[in-house]
Amino acid sequence: MLTLHCPNCGIQADETELAPGGEAHLKRYGPGSSDDEFHSYLFTRENPRGPHFERWRHAAGCGKWFLAARDTVTLEVYGTYPAQTLEPPQDIKDAITAKHPGWQWREFS
Amino acid sequence: MSTRLATGGRLIDRSKQQSFTFNGKRLTGCAGDTLASALLANDQMLMGRSFKYHRPRGVVASGAEEPNALVGLGTGARFEPNQRATTTELFDGLSATSQNHWPSLEFDVGAVNTKLARFLPAGFYYKTFMWPRSFWKHVYEPVIRQSAGLGKAPDAETRDADTYEHFYAYVDHLVIGGGIAGLETAKRLGETGARVLLVEQTAHWGGRAPVDGGEVEGQPVTEYIAGLLAALNAMENVTLRSRTMGAGIYDHGYALAYERLSDHAPTTQGPRHRLWRIRAGQIVTATGAIERPLSFAGNDIPGVMLASAVRDYVENWAISPGDRTVIVTNNDDAYRTALVLKSHGLDVPAIIDARVLPTDSALMAEARAKGIAIHQGHAIDHVMGTKRVRGVAICSHAGEGGAVIEEIPCECVAMSGGWSPVVHLWSHCGGKLNWDQANAMFRPDLTRAPTGDKGQAFVTPAGAANGAMTLGDVLEDAVAAAERASGDTRTSDAPKAVVAVEAPLAPVWMMPQGASIKHRMKAWLDYQNDVKVSDVQLAAREGFESVEHAKRYTTLGMATDQGKLSNINGLAILSGALGAEIPQVGTTTFRPPYTPISMGAIAGEARAEIFQPIRKTPIHDWLDKNGAEWEPVGHWRRPYCIKQAGETTEQAVHREVKNTRENLGLLDASTLGKLIVKGKDAGKFLDMLYTNMMSTLKPGRCRYGLMCNENGFLMDDGVVARIDEDTFLCHTTSGGADHIHAHMEDWLQCEWWDWDVYVANVTEQYGQIAVVGPNARKVLEAIGGMDVSKEALTFMGWADGELAGIPVRVYRISFSGELSYEIAVKASYARELWDLLMSVGKQFNVMPYGTEALHIMRAEKGFIMIGDETDGTVIPQDLNLHWAISKKKEDFMGKRAHERADMAREDRWKLVGLETVDGSVLPDGAYAVGEGTNANGQRNVIGRVTSTYHSPTLGRGIAMGLVLHGPDRMGEVIRFAKTDGTTMIDAKIVDPVFYDKDGEMQNV
Ligand SMILES: [Zn+2]
Repeated sequence: MLTLHCPNCGIQADETELAPGGEAHLKRYGPGSSDDEFHSYLFTRENPRGPHFERWRHAAGCGKWFLAARDTVTLEVYGTYPAQTLEPPQDIKDAITAKHPGWQWREFS
Repeated sequence: MSTRLATGGRLIDRSKQQSFTFNGKRLTGCAGDTLASALLANDQMLMGRSFKYHRPRGVVASGAEEPNALVGLGTGARFEPNQRATTTELFDGLSATSQNHWPSLEFDVGAVNTKLARFLPAGFYYKTFMWPRSFWKHVYEPVIRQSAGLGKAPDAETRDADTYEHFYAYVDHLVIGGGIAGLETAKRLGETGARVLLVEQTAHWGGRAPVDGGEVEGQPVTEYIAGLLAALNAMENVTLRSRTMGAGIYDHGYALAYERLSDHAPTTQGPRHRLWRIRAGQIVTATGAIERPLSFAGNDIPGVMLASAVRDYVENWAISPGDRTVIVTNNDDAYRTALVLKSHGLDVPAIIDARVLPTDSALMAEARAKGIAIHQGHAIDHVMGTKRVRGVAICSHAGEGGAVIEEIPCECVAMSGGWSPVVHLWSHCGGKLNWDQANAMFRPDLTRAPTGDKGQAFVTPAGAANGAMTLGDVLEDAVAAAERASGDTRTSDAPKAVVAVEAPLAPVWMMPQGASIKHRMKAWLDYQNDVKVSDVQLAAREGFESVEHAKRYTTLGMATDQGKLSNINGLAILSGALGAEIPQVGTTTFRPPYTPISMGAIAGEARAEIFQPIRKTPIHDWLDKNGAEWEPVGHWRRPYCIKQAGETTEQAVHREVKNTRENLGLLDASTLGKLIVKGKDAGKFLDMLYTNMMSTLKPGRCRYGLMCNENGFLMDDGVVARIDEDTFLCHTTSGGADHIHAHMEDWLQCEWWDWDVYVANVTEQYGQIAVVGPNARKVLEAIGGMDVSKEALTFMGWADGELAGIPVRVYRISFSGELSYEIAVKASYARELWDLLMSVGKQFNVMPYGTEALHIMRAEKGFIMIGDETDGTVIPQDLNLHWAISKKKEDFMGKRAHERADMAREDRWKLVGLETVDGSVLPDGAYAVGEGTNANGQRNVIGRVTSTYHSPTLGRGIAMGLVLHGPDRMGEVIRFAKTDGTTMIDAKIVDPVFYDKDGEMQNV
């Protein structure tokens, strides 16, 4: 059972307090987008063995959403950060680089 | 025969006799006995029958790994099947029954299966399914039925009479296993000042060491253990729990432990089991090792036991397993058993050692000095006897069996195939293993430990669980484990131990090494699931090369013991059959729990009324007292109908509909979701969430709205009221309040976080009462207060005011098609208002109505219901709700999705009304059948029923359904299949609005 630090209320939360919300940093496509863009937004998700950016909600806690960078193989949590973020903060990127030099995720690395 | 020795018994108290029954027979044991030792003391060697062949089986082991001695324990509401006699502590009045036999343990008809063994090979079930069906039904099923089921299920009508609880613990170090390694590690960790929890599955501390002997720091090992225990008990930061098994290790240092508080003393007050939910910084698995059986013909006959178990029974419980015990081994450790037996005056006619050693090892020399005959390079050809051991026939280990050199009479065979570290807990969360060729064992690879949230290793094995097999090595490793766990370097040396130096073991996976098929078919790997050496070899020949496949094909290791004795032996046989090395074949996956835990412990306190708390509206109690027939709606209970004396449910529903349409009905609508959406951008936000325009709604007005998800599918509906420029109140469905609230928060927090909008879920802050019917206005006017006239409060308007002095907000909205006021009040006023409406309403023939009347009335009006007309694949256009989809808005949730080809296609099933030709009621969910068949040879379907009722208003069956080209086929008759699949029922496609098409009733 995972434990993640909620950046909103500061609690080290057990997985039973948290609700997962799938991949983080998705760009929303709406009217005017191409079929491919919209299809990708709705259905295409990253599924790496390694660093993964994901959405979590502190559902049975403060109720707020936050984001986490977590390794799907080692379960290491590189960091959690506010949902109101377009890209992971630099210190989290650095923590990933230390374990996975040359990593890449969609538009950023 | 097995019996109690006159003296000795480390764990028993002979002065406390305890009486118990086994299959109804009254027997006596001592305090400190396990059920297994007490049965052995009474010469009850035969303890059960095997699962598949019903072979007679006796106890093999002395602990948690026991595969055979499973019993049904207790009676009535306390009956539990498959309890291990070896881990069941005896108490006065214990009642046990043996399993898998009919009509009796001694004489079992099902044992005929063993004669059929040739026809029940590995993969039997899978093969049989491919045979003609008639064979299955008439030939095999009767045979399988006979043997199916491990133990007897408790009576379905009984309820567990005991209580259970969960317990949360947060520690720096969890040490699992209270053997000498766990104690030593825990003491070292305790000395750092950290919080330590040490759990031990048995009632005793010290593990195997007291039986196996040796000296530590110049003291007998038992005294050293007593010293460790005293030191630990003196530390305030250390918690010790016996009878507590480390059950599983999970992500990020989470662990479960299973404490059996009163299994050994059932009259104790308090919970029977406690599930510990532990979060630990570091976990030490000091889980010991398990001895492996040897695979020789007849190794399952009662009286064949693990050498270490024989030693345990003699030393711990003063059991003589028989006057004469033959030892068979591939290692030195089993010699300890011979020496223990000798020291208690029992006879050891022979030690059969598969090895040929150049010189005698220390233990070997000691045995020889005691006059025990040692047969090196020899094997057991077969065990003689059926229900108990009569003797062994020995042969050369190098041969293929059959060339018997000598027959040795005996009552017990003590076997040892070497030891396997208990790596289960290490492996649960991904710890990897290496194959240690010299010791023929899998042991933890410390460089590939389970990792925690900082990427750190968080599990470390200690002692025998880490492959340390002698007392000295165990203590050395325990100290090292404390260092690994704490990160502190050592401040003192490991305690010095004095033990005999052992000669290396020689791996023996089959005995004799070239055993013929006749021998292999009698050599058991998995006692509990009846898997033999020949079965695993057959699986390999038939192509089940992956260890996970071979396991499922043969069922090796799939019984309740999860292969604690059989896995490594089975794996070695498989690798031999495949000509591959053991590490290449690999192990199957170790999964929690380590041994079975009770369902009660998993449930904990969450049972009966606190399993899931019920949400109650302010009017719940009134409804309950006045005949409500409850149905669950989410966590709420809502009345399906409110029955009067002597009524059937159907009669009550029809009365409620009729009375509401003709007079006055009251509905408790408090469960309706109520979300306040407030802020400068609230209108803009709701325009994104609803398909229609909400920002143009005027304060004081209401608008029905639809909500789609990004996929375009309809997810909720309800009436939105604009309270003021910045404030809206969104009604959701009763079941939808929480997830629609969450949905709003998700978009506000994660996408449009710069918008000025706040959402509050006030569902429980307000009671809501629907006052419905031609007399609705009259009753409100009779109560007196605010102006509810047609002019003052128009249809789809709302107003704040007072009724009989109670502050209310009245919405003129209707879900029934009648004149209707929904009155919201603070929850604390709801019951008062309800009572007032009921009493003042008497003169207007008021009656409460329930959800079924609500459903019928909305269906008569052709109103959709989320969850009936929608199922997560339906878009508003399917329901002809185009009028509620804005064409002006640039964007809203679902807009882009509605443009996708599948959403826009012409042949999506569309909503219509359905009228049965004969007036009967269509079955819910029935499919309309079309011409021809689909690719799978099934009849084509052209529609389905989404809502169906008997309409008391119209006196006939009415329904709504989604039908292919439905709206273009008005008047056409289509056929639906009834639930029997063959009877057909004809229905005419009609307008879904069955009642008051022009809406004159609600608009008065
Ligand atoms: Zn939080």
